[in-house]
Amino acid sequence: MRYSAFSLLRNTLSHHKNWPQMWDNPDPLPEYDVIIIGGGGHGLATAYYLASQHGITNVAVLEKAWIGGGNTGRNTTIVRSNYLWDESAKLYETALKLWENLSQELNYNVMFSQRGVMNLCHNVHDVRETKRRVNANRLNGIDSEFLDAQQVKEFCPAIDLRGGGRYPVMGASLQRRGGTARHDAVAWGYARGAAKRGVHIIQNCPVTGFDIEGGVIKGVQTAKGAIKAKRVGMVVAGHSSVLANMAGFKLPLHCRPLQALVSEPVKPAIDCVVMSNAVHAYISQSDKGELVIGAGTDAYCSYGQRGSMHNTEGTLAAICEMFPQFRRMKMLRAWGGIVDTCPDASPIIGHTPVKGLYINCGWGTGGFKATPGSGFVFADTIANERPHPLAEPFALSRFSTGYLIGEHGAAGVAH
Amino acid sequence: MLLIECPHCGPRNESEFHYGDQAHIARPEHNEGMSDQEWAEYVYLRENPKGLFRERWCHTAGCGRWFNAVRDTVSSRIMATYKTGEEAPIGADQEGGQL
Repeated sequence: MRYSAFSLLRNTLSHHKNWPQMWDNPDPLPEYDVIIIGGGGHGLATAYYLASQHGITNVAVLEKAWIGGGNTGRNTTIVRSNYLWDESAKLYETALKLWENLSQELNYNVMFSQRGVMNLCHNVHDVRETKRRVNANRLNGIDSEFLDAQQVKEFCPAIDLRGGGRYPVMGASLQRRGGTARHDAVAWGYARGAAKRGVHIIQNCPVTGFDIEGGVIKGVQTAKGAIKAKRVGMVVAGHSSVLANMAGFKLPLHCRPLQALVSEPVKPAIDCVVMSNAVHAYISQSDKGELVIGAGTDAYCSYGQRGSMHNTEGTLAAICEMFPQFRRMKMLRAWGGIVDTCPDASPIIGHTPVKGLYINCGWGTGGFKATPGSGFVFADTIANERPHPLAEPFALSRFSTGYLIGEHGAAGVAH
Repeated sequence: MLLIECPHCGPRNESEFHYGDQAHIARPEHNEGMSDQEWAEYVYLRENPKGLFRERWCHTAGCGRWFNAVRDTVSSRIMATYKTGEEAPIGADQEGGQL
């Protein structure tokens, strides 16, 4: 069914009891052309673009729990493309351009809101680094501008420029096309679009092993039995090292808990996204009125999906200094997700040492914004059995060639 | 906040420590002929395990010394801490051990 004002009206008349199911829960077939491991945003987007761009519809998405239940449902929903290096800028800008038309493309409201993303500078070094990044962005055709302190105040009046004396605001970069999107809707929209084109979305189906013969992938072992496929894409974020281990190779990844929290809902108070790299705090307000706050990563390797309290305390202390009116807000929920960070804070997309097994991982703290672009280039990579030109610099082999793409500054969270 | 037992100073708050990731990585000897791939393995490729992990910590705000710990990366429970240069006191043969 196509969603429209008309379908909404028709279903209103039947008290919303007859909306059709958005996707089925099929049992897995014994064999597929392509298996995508991981039913998060990136995996579902990959399946969607395999079907819609490349006509490959005999595809299964294997999800160990429920779709969008991992980092897709745990991030702070920020979308932007103001990355420093040419390689990253092109990749993230491709994603941003897809975001701009995603609701129409999927016929599903992903609530993409280009409300503007500000990255604050608190000292002279921040100002220099930020100006450099703004200039690099503009050379790559990405909208990005530098605001001085007064312009920051005009763009976001809620900020206290003195920052309590500890975090004075000296300026900021602003990407007006950046913003937020509804993270669950992204997973659901891609799942619906993929399922409509014949992709099987198989939930509660963890992969337990790989069938590899002579260095070539033959299929996977799962909780629902063996499934054959000549091409397998692995898009499992925090569990990439675990699956790579099953397939017999290592990755340069470090898994860390990254925490986020939301407050009680209040009236509109802040109409943009404010990020502060130096204090690991970012904040926006959801349509429900909750303040959505992102904290930093914990220092240690973890798969526990929760972090230490002192991390969120530090973040909230900084938020309270910069936004004194939020001091009496109560926090409703806090949680953690496991981010797979690379030494250069850039993702890994492309071939693995196993022929026919492709990998898309290492998005670290910033994968959500890249969801459409990541799926787009990864689908192309799998369909044509060679890296998409935009994905080529992000090959696993860059760690032996030394061609690293350092994005710690633009990633926004130190790790 | 983890409570970490420094082998030199005793139990202290996690905020006194600095993390050093995977332990027992020895710089390769006779490395003149090593390939780029072998260097990459030494410099970048890591265990990153789900389960027990032998890792390094530095007691930055205390004695300033590096030491090793065995920690479960799911529960974050620290099974043992030991001085640099010593063998891990818990191994694959112990209960719950999987290194």
